[in-house]
Amino acid sequence: MATEFTLNGQTVSVTAEEGTPLLWVLRDELKLTGTKFGCGVASCGACTVHVDGEPARSCQTYVEDIAGAEVTTIEAMSDTRIGAAVQQAWVELDVVQCGYCQSGQIMSAVGLLSENPNPSAEDIDAYMWGNACRCATYQRIRKGVQRAAEILEA
Amino acid sequence: MTYPINTSRRGFLKGAAAVSAALVVGLRSDGVMAAGASADLTPFVRIGADGRVVAIIKHVEMGQGPSTGLTTLIAEELGVTMDQIDYDFAPSNPEVYNNLFFGPFQGTGGSTAMANSFMQYRQAGAAAREMLIAAAAAEWGVDPVGMDIVEGQIIGHGRSAPIGEFVALASQLPTPAEPRLRAPDEWRLIGKEGVAARKDSPAKVNGDAVFATDLQFDDQLVVAIARAPRMGAKVAGFDASGAAEISGFVDAQMLPDASGVAIYAEHTWAAFQAREMVEVTWDNTAAEMRSSDAIREQLLAGVNGTSEYDVVGDQADIAAAIDGAAQVIDQTFYFPLLAHAPMEPLTCTIVPHADGGAVLYDGAQFPTSGHFVLSQVLGLPMEKVQVKSLLAGGSFGRRANPTADYNLECAMAFAMTDRTRPLKLVWSREDDIRGGYYRPAFAHRVRVGLDEDGAIVGWHHRIAGQSIIKGTSFEQALVKDGVDHSSVEGTSDTPYAVPGMAVGLTDVDKATTVLWWRAVGHTHTAYAMESMMDLIAEATDTDPLALRLSMLPGDTPQQQRMSGVLTKVAEMVDWSAGAPDGRARGLAVHHSFGSYVAEVVEVSGVADDAVQVENVWAAIDCGIAVNPDVVRAQTEGAIGYGIGHAMRNTITLTEGEVDQTNFPDYEPMRISDIKAIEVGIVASAEAPTGVGEPGTPPSAPALANAIARAGGPRIVSLPMADHVGFA
Repeated sequence: MATEFTLNGQTVSVTAEEGTPLLWVLRDELKLTGTKFGCGVASCGACTVHVDGEPARSCQTYVEDIAGAEVTTIEAMSDTRIGAAVQQAWVELDVVQCGYCQSGQIMSAVGLLSENPNPSAEDIDAYMWGNACRCATYQRIRKGVQRAAEILEA
Repeated sequence: MTYPINTSRRGFLKGAAAVSAALVVGLRSDGVMAAGASADLTPFVRIGADGRVVAIIKHVEMGQGPSTGLTTLIAEELGVTMDQIDYDFAPSNPEVYNNLFFGPFQGTGGSTAMANSFMQYRQAGAAAREMLIAAAAAEWGVDPVGMDIVEGQIIGHGRSAPIGEFVALASQLPTPAEPRLRAPDEWRLIGKEGVAARKDSPAKVNGDAVFATDLQFDDQLVVAIARAPRMGAKVAGFDASGAAEISGFVDAQMLPDASGVAIYAEHTWAAFQAREMVEVTWDNTAAEMRSSDAIREQLLAGVNGTSEYDVVGDQADIAAAIDGAAQVIDQTFYFPLLAHAPMEPLTCTIVPHADGGAVLYDGAQFPTSGHFVLSQVLGLPMEKVQVKSLLAGGSFGRRANPTADYNLECAMAFAMTDRTRPLKLVWSREDDIRGGYYRPAFAHRVRVGLDEDGAIVGWHHRIAGQSIIKGTSFEQALVKDGVDHSSVEGTSDTPYAVPGMAVGLTDVDKATTVLWWRAVGHTHTAYAMESMMDLIAEATDTDPLALRLSMLPGDTPQQQRMSGVLTKVAEMVDWSAGAPDGRARGLAVHHSFGSYVAEVVEVSGVADDAVQVENVWAAIDCGIAVNPDVVRAQTEGAIGYGIGHAMRNTITLTEGEVDQTNFPDYEPMRISDIKAIEVGIVASAEAPTGVGEPGTPPSAPALANAIARAGGPRIVSLPMADHVGFA
């Protein structure tokens, strides 16, 4: 079965079987490995991408659900205003440690800032709750979102 | 096809451009540091004719920062900026890239990456500097004395030129036997704030970073393992007929040691799906069938009576002294099995090499173990096996296994193929949570006798647990007189001046495989020690800070440094002022991996059974803090790791099978669990010591002490969620 969708602005056609998670379409078929596998049950957020502009867990989004949709991954974030600001904030504050969850953290942070340009610490904690970081870089993630908001306001 | 070995694709291309003329400083095959252009040298630093400098990092980057830290050492001594230097990971070579604290073994663990590299990498950078200066002086016909390298420029006698111009000549010069190291007052990078950003940040925010799981070889096969659900169970038989309907399924084969069934597929999802369709029957004859309750009973029984091993003092004498004391505090503690659960599930790839050998791509803490395992399983001499290090998506000890368990699985599975296609082993999160190699379960029983004045007259400390080291290839080197020091570290060697101390250890059979977990034995010994300190403070109506300081009279450097971090954290938090209304603060301090950390945890909501960690303050003395921000980041993360697990996590067994499956029932610490952390660094001129682990041990007991001081229960059995509610 061929499925067509828009990936980071380009139309792509993939052959994955129905029921294949978008995560594995991205990683194994399209070789876009910035999106990570962490749990497979939408419990850690490492696989977060945007589908039609909204954060989605790609491990629980199936290939048949994205026909005709616009999918955006971490690889395209530097081309977006909010994504670039989040990345800049993350580098300024050295948010990352092992870095494995950070693609998903950034995709969620961009989702938050798209909805709420000036989130409080409580807003950040509530929105980012589902993105686990086993290195516990959470202090810097919180500060990173707030710093990105400042960059965007300037 | 070219296989990327740098951690970013861009970095790899940069590195590849600079291979012609080069100055290399590294070790010769006889172990002597040498420099030149020779390809025989295994480098710590390589400088291209274009002046690009590459630090070769012998430790795995799992987030703890050696790609920044060791690069900083080279940049400092050589005289380049952090923007003028890249890094690459060293290949497996246990003679050259050995951890100087581990012997001829390349390994990352015990928070030693900076400590064992501090002089070695500085010497390599200093040798390169002196050779470049000598080359420039010769070319300019001037005296090298007084010349220097600053920001990549050789300067002196009113002249300056980029280092790249002298690389070719420098590589022909003799290696200085004892290069001069820059004095601390010359340092521009080491210990300085804001000058050495993490080298791995940019590639980790845009999807560029290549973790072991990200390797994609065009013709690769993927393998998942249907693994025995109980330790010691063996495959009795399997039926893979159901997997035939899975598109991309290739084959299923029993592993030669019958520990599982290898399911081969064209891609990851097919491997995971096909595994669901393979029915395996298990032979449980030699399998572990105990449940956690039985293990717990066995451990608790192990801390009664006289311990198997006398580690410190005479148990009988001390017990008698305590029996006659005016007051006795008698407390038992229990610590469950814990999984490491690094964010990146375990994975590695074996690629056949054109010369008949094989290359292992992995993000391992112990590449030497994987190197050896591949050599054995594939029947190849060591020199025909290469190990290439990639970024590890966390580890916390899990990728430091003497048995190289997942490398072994991949090697066995690869050996059963025709060995023509790369083979990537994939673990799911369920494999990880259920796959063994846990922080062992431990019990402690501590009896402390106090006289009429509240002074300690005896401290009898019994520990029972599952030895990490016994039964491994490390046993001969690390177990002394039957005692696995990693079971008692943090208690038997406490810096506190404890009058009349006896420490005993009893080993208990393993019901699962066990392994070191961030901070190893200190994860439970610090909890018992620091909970006892607060219990003594309560019993004697003493301030917890004052009690601890009174037991650190400053007779040893250890006591001075431990009281130093206590004093620092007390200043940071204004300890004597007490907590704001509705909140309470708990204190703990611990010495581990050469460093000292004191922490104060502030909680709210204890009365409402909705405990919230509002603040954590930490003071660390890790000697010279080479990269202060990395030290802070590691301490922040270590606190989160310690508190998150203490709050909620446990691995339990029912008839030998692990009950937990994935993050929903092994809930990771979340962003809302700790509202703020502040880390202070004690200034020090001592040699650098660990930072990856030392922040973890005091975090859980500081939280326990805060909950108790808020009027909540004294939690002596983890996880805490069994006893209190969290917000």
